[in-house]
Amino acid sequence: MSTTMNRVGLPRDAYKGAATTLCAGCGHNSITNHMIKALYELGVQPHLLAKMSGIGCSSKTPAYFVESAHGFNGVHGRMPALTTGAHLANRELIMLGVSGDGDTASIGLGQFMHMIRRNVDCTYIIEDNGTYGLTKGQFSATADVGSMQKKGAVNTFQPIDPCAVALALGCSFVARSFSGDGKQVVPLIKAAIAHRGTAILDIISPCVTFNDHDGSTKSYSWVKDHEESIADVSFIPFFEEVHVDYEPGTVRDVQLHDGSHIVLKKLGEDHDPTDRRAAIKVIEEGRAAGHLVTGLLYVDTTMSDFATTEQIPERPLKDLGEDELRLSPDQFAQFMSEFA
Amino acid sequence: MTEPIVNDLTIQAATVNGSGSQTANLVLTRAIFHMGIPVAPKNVFPSNIEGLPTWYQLRITPEGHMARSDKVDVLVAFNVATWREDLKTVRPGGVVIHEEAFSTAEARTDVTYYAVPFAKLAKAKIQSDTLRKQLANMIYVGVVAGVLGIPWEALDHAVRRQFLAKPKAVPVNLDAIKVGYDYWQDNFSKRDPYRLEPLTGVVEGKVLVEGNQAAALGALMGGVTVVAWYPITPSSSLCEYVIAYSDRFRVDPKSGEKLISVVQAEDELAAVGMAIGAGWAGARAMTSTSGPGISLMAEFSGLAYYAEVPVVIFDIQRIGPSTGLPTRTSQADIGFVYTLSHGDTKHLVLLPGSVEECYELARDAFDYADRFQTPVFVLSDLDLGMNLWMTPEFKYPDKTFDRGKLLSKEDLDRLAGEWGRYRDVDGDGVTFRTLPGTDHPAAGYFTRGSGHDENARYTEGAEAYARNMDRLSRKLETARHALPAPVADEAGLSIGLIAFGSTHAAVVEAREYLAAAGRAVDYLRVRALPLSDEVAAFVGRHEHVYVVEQNRDGQLYDLIRLALPAELVGRLRSIRHYNGQPIPASAITEPFMQLEALPV
Repeated sequence: MSTTMNRVGLPRDAYKGAATTLCAGCGHNSITNHMIKALYELGVQPHLLAKMSGIGCSSKTPAYFVESAHGFNGVHGRMPALTTGAHLANRELIMLGVSGDGDTASIGLGQFMHMIRRNVDCTYIIEDNGTYGLTKGQFSATADVGSMQKKGAVNTFQPIDPCAVALALGCSFVARSFSGDGKQVVPLIKAAIAHRGTAILDIISPCVTFNDHDGSTKSYSWVKDHEESIADVSFIPFFEEVHVDYEPGTVRDVQLHDGSHIVLKKLGEDHDPTDRRAAIKVIEEGRAAGHLVTGLLYVDTTMSDFATTEQIPERPLKDLGEDELRLSPDQFAQFMSEFA
Repeated sequence: MTEPIVNDLTIQAATVNGSGSQTANLVLTRAIFHMGIPVAPKNVFPSNIEGLPTWYQLRITPEGHMARSDKVDVLVAFNVATWREDLKTVRPGGVVIHEEAFSTAEARTDVTYYAVPFAKLAKAKIQSDTLRKQLANMIYVGVVAGVLGIPWEALDHAVRRQFLAKPKAVPVNLDAIKVGYDYWQDNFSKRDPYRLEPLTGVVEGKVLVEGNQAAALGALMGGVTVVAWYPITPSSSLCEYVIAYSDRFRVDPKSGEKLISVVQAEDELAAVGMAIGAGWAGARAMTSTSGPGISLMAEFSGLAYYAEVPVVIFDIQRIGPSTGLPTRTSQADIGFVYTLSHGDTKHLVLLPGSVEECYELARDAFDYADRFQTPVFVLSDLDLGMNLWMTPEFKYPDKTFDRGKLLSKEDLDRLAGEWGRYRDVDGDGVTFRTLPGTDHPAAGYFTRGSGHDENARYTEGAEAYARNMDRLSRKLETARHALPAPVADEAGLSIGLIAFGSTHAAVVEAREYLAAAGRAVDYLRVRALPLSDEVAAFVGRHEHVYVVEQNRDGQLYDLIRLALPAELVGRLRSIRHYNGQPIPASAITEPFMQLEALPV
């Protein structure tokens, strides 16, 4: 099926990247595959995609998808700053940031929070495994209390939950998923890209080498046993028609800025993804019950994104020339005379 | 009375921070400048919002000397807290205009006092309770005008100029000045030799500009579109001027759209990161900082150097390790900034020596950054950046933007997509780049701060690493020849001075003094790092050369020594000034005379 072209005339292979150098079975590799699927199915133009990352295992992954797109692997925890700057330079770019739990919840926590505060239009994916893989298995700040390192050391500190932090800050799009759950991750990635504003997607992604053992709450077996999805997520891009074949009253439809729709089929109790207090509550209840709540936790499609708030033109600032950027000779002369 | 001293004096106003004294100081400055007399103001202010002592030095010389003077001729004593100390700074024969309530018992007898009841006058004559504190300072302007003979017309002009944007403030301020002016006329007769007389032919065509204003204008003329910053003294006003000027010149009157984005970041790490992200995506981008901020920008600066991303970074230097003295000046970042970041990092550094160069080098920095795809640092300082300097009007640029080696979609079509981001096609170390958004399947590449080969692929290969580092050296060497050349003023003399940045003003004056003393010296002003070959050549032409700078360790002296052939190293000597006050000429001439008296 790899020869099937998407709406921009590209095969799925056009969205592949270099071969991964991560461990076999790493959750991050699954996410990379979900990313390829989502970008292919959305028909994202590779030349308009900007893949941004910080430092760590997660931050290597932008090299493993859409090889023909520009990517920027920056410094540890600073992906948001690079992303913000690049976005301001060229609003036509689709900013896709990939970060990890060390990158986001420790060294980059400040940038993570301030990007959310500004509502910079970008997708921010956290490949969250609760551990520092590249430096051989130290705890990260998202590791749960009581979770154990491979050699038995026990984490004694409260975890930072990126979704809870994002919600507290008023983030306009907050979702959580599991790398092994492509059925949920792919539509969430698509929805995050379609959303105009900062879309945080925390994907629990087991580290097969350092954090996939009994005692880890970021292991495959733990997540499989404890994942509680709040709704089935479907994504209908703007170029496809919506047809809902669910029972009335069992779905929620959220229309995004570009005309796409997220369709949520309710599972069990009804979660309203436009209710921020409900989102905080559902996370808290899940935590108390020892469950990992996944799905679209919160979305606000009305919040103005940063560049719009700042009245930056839609056309790229990078393309402006002397005629628009310099004072005219008359303006310049007038201006100088004011210093006299 | 002794001989009159005309247009050659230094006024020092000792006031209280946050009391509105700065407006009074500026009005006095503009009034004297309007008389055609050169002025050189230096504001010595505390790291404080309100209440601590602050001093404003206004130097007036017929020649237009711009350096700080270490002599005070006329003291305006407005601050009881510093009154006793301030009095000691006045030169014998000087003038002391002081609040009448300050005790002159046991005070000096070698100065002329004019005691003015400023507080009483303010209470009696200024009607507005809310403005009284502010306007009280204006009374001193009127008294000084009376003592020195500043015509009313000049004061009137200065107030109108100062309140261009707030014409309603003109009459109340003029009224307050009149209170002092009248008090002088009614109560005193002239008992001192200092006079101001209108001059012609000296300041015509000149304007008064702060270096940070000049740099902000330069950045806009250089085409900056993304500015990310974090407030820090003495850099903040640069970005605040960018904001103010952008509101005038970068807003589309029809749509309200802004043709610039100025982001107040959460810290200096984010500020420089945003600028680098924007530079990577093709915008002309900058940040501006000082002191601790430049330390925080070290890591990202290394990324931009190694990944080859254009960005302009202003460092408006203040003095001190750590927090230091946040509101005092120095040139002590030059060594640090040159190699800012770990590893074999080295940067292009521009060294403006005047406000005119703050404008020109700020503007041209964006061309250098694009052409060499690397961070360009513009090293100014508090003295240059925050004080008003008399300057010729700036010139309108005669060049278009130089965007450097950029490959467009059409270029890639022509090359059939055959290119490599870090391939040295031209042998000058400068490679071609594409911007994100270029609609060609071969345009994309992966930018990274980790090891990479000519095609921007990850590598830990030893040879590829060394090859890339050698190419970066080659690029810096290419840039070295393209950067602003040193400015030489030579007459074949045996002794030379080398300086950079704001030290220039003191060197100019010191050379006049030395020439008058029969010890004329040649001069070379360095304007960029890496150093031009001209520096070694200059040293080679002189028996010995003094490197004058405003830091403790002789940082430029060290850099020059490293660049010199061994046989020339011994010719170099070092003169250093590092107390946070702008360097006066005497800080050059005095050590120079001492060192010259030693056997060579």
